[in-house]
Amino acid sequence: MIRLFAILMLLALPARAEQIVLGLSQDEVAITVTFEGSEIIVFGAVSRTAPPPQDSALGVIITIAGPSEPVTVRRKAQQMGIWVNTDAVFVNSAPSFYAVATSAPITDILREVEDLRHRITIPRAIRSAGAVVADSVAFTEALIRIKTDQDLYQMRQGAVTLDQDTLFRSAISMPANLTEGNYDVRIYLTRNGTVIDTYMTTIPVNKVGLERWLYNLAHEQAFIYGLLSLAIAIGAGWLASAVFTLLRR
Amino acid sequence: MYIYLPIAEVSVNAFLLLGLGGIVGVLSGMFGVGGGFLITPLLFFIGIPPAVAVATSTNQIVASSISGVLAHFKRKTVDPVMGGVLLVGGVIGSAIGIVIFNYLRALGQVDLLVQLCYVVFLGAIGMLMFVESLRAIRRSRGPSAVPQRRKHNWVHNLPFKMKFRVSGLYISVIPPIMVGMLVGILAAVMGVGGGFIMVPAMIYILGMPTKVVIGTSLLQIIFVAGFTTMLHATTNQTVDVLLALLLLIGGVIGAQVGTRIGVKMKAEQLRILLAIMVLIVCGKIALDLLIMPSELYSLGAGGHS
Repeated sequence: MIRLFAILMLLALPARAEQIVLGLSQDEVAITVTFEGSEIIVFGAVSRTAPPPQDSALGVIITIAGPSEPVTVRRKAQQMGIWVNTDAVFVNSAPSFYAVATSAPITDILREVEDLRHRITIPRAIRSAGAVVADSVAFTEALIRIKTDQDLYQMRQGAVTLDQDTLFRSAISMPANLTEGNYDVRIYLTRNGTVIDTYMTTIPVNKVGLERWLYNLAHEQAFIYGLLSLAIAIGAGWLASAVFTLLRR
Repeated sequence: MYIYLPIAEVSVNAFLLLGLGGIVGVLSGMFGVGGGFLITPLLFFIGIPPAVAVATSTNQIVASSISGVLAHFKRKTVDPVMGGVLLVGGVIGSAIGIVIFNYLRALGQVDLLVQLCYVVFLGAIGMLMFVESLRAIRRSRGPSAVPQRRKHNWVHNLPFKMKFRVSGLYISVIPPIMVGMLVGILAAVMGVGGGFIMVPAMIYILGMPTKVVIGTSLLQIIFVAGFTTMLHATTNQTVDVLLALLLLIGGVIGAQVGTRIGVKMKAEQLRILLAIMVLIVCGKIALDLLIMPSELYSLGAGGHS
């Protein structure tokens, strides 16, 4: 809805003064057996129909969001001397991966109301509703903290280099523990903390080769996959025994 | 070298997994335990999702147990008759265990129950074995090392007697079936092969010689673990074959080494080492429950909507 609204707003302003032209270092991420994470370079330029206004500074924000998924956040508490999961908060939708890179401190280039509208910063990108526990904020904070520790959530202020208010560039590193899906890359151009142009593209992240084959087999031919696993186990067990018997002779 | 695991969806160091499998394999060959109670917590620790860790470790147990049992077959330290009788009980027990497990999961807090199960059973069995084998070592060192006569207890007064030639026993089939059932139930609830319960039960309840116990225990673990692997693969799709492969390469080699170490050691020394290991794992799990965790929050996928 909000995005649609934004697009309509942009369409209503045919003569946009500043527009984004974008490039990516790669248009897909292939998860192979030796996948160790990936670095995506997002680069682009601001095309102008008129000279840039001198009274305000240009801001660039780049976000990459992995597919969203529901998450349950549980909290432990001490009961009868032992630590057990007691409270839980259900988060309707949290991106599996979310990186934000900005050209300047986020508060300087993005106003709160614009952040709310476009859901740019990490807390805004997480949607939780119907929290039963009183201090549900602590649970969302914990979610962000845990994901940040795993490099799955990244907030990199000043990681976008902006050259002569025209060329921008940022390298975003994606860790090895990625989930599959379409990753949305969004670029926001701001002036005076207001978003003046957005651009969106998608990078598919997919398992390929052996990874793809095993994953499909496990889900589509579960019985055969199970037998395959057992066959490998039995074969390896027998082989080791046979090899050791030969070695002893 | 890092390997991306297709089902676990994480990237892990291949050599770490090989080493982990190797260590657990050595223990498996030495003591006749599948090693599930060791490898599953270790996999959690290196960041494998719990469901995948539990399912995949059962597959690795199959491999190391086969490797171990073949070595034992060559030394004729396996009692296939006893193994078969135990397995009958084991299959009945694991079917009951799965029903109990699903019932507990519906109630919630199944993780806590599994952990408490670990602490109680590992603690009790570990202490029992530790004290007993310590006594046995003291006795053998004493000047009047009189060989103990096997006492006749209630086990010998039950009907349906059967001859177990390799074990040198002539006892009723009821106690082995009961032991198999108990182990099957616990194995399904705790997600382990059950060797660490089976081994002491065979020694102390059935009165089997320690050397035969290990091979026989391994033999029956193969079937229990194989059955569980198929169950996990078909219902949850959580068996990661690549993870299993890395673990079992280390595991099968380790099991061969372990069997050879085990043969050179005295029975009571083996038992006291197993007891110490069981107590260490028990202590670790107990501490996790008692000490305040550094991160109080944890993330779970999905959940109720």
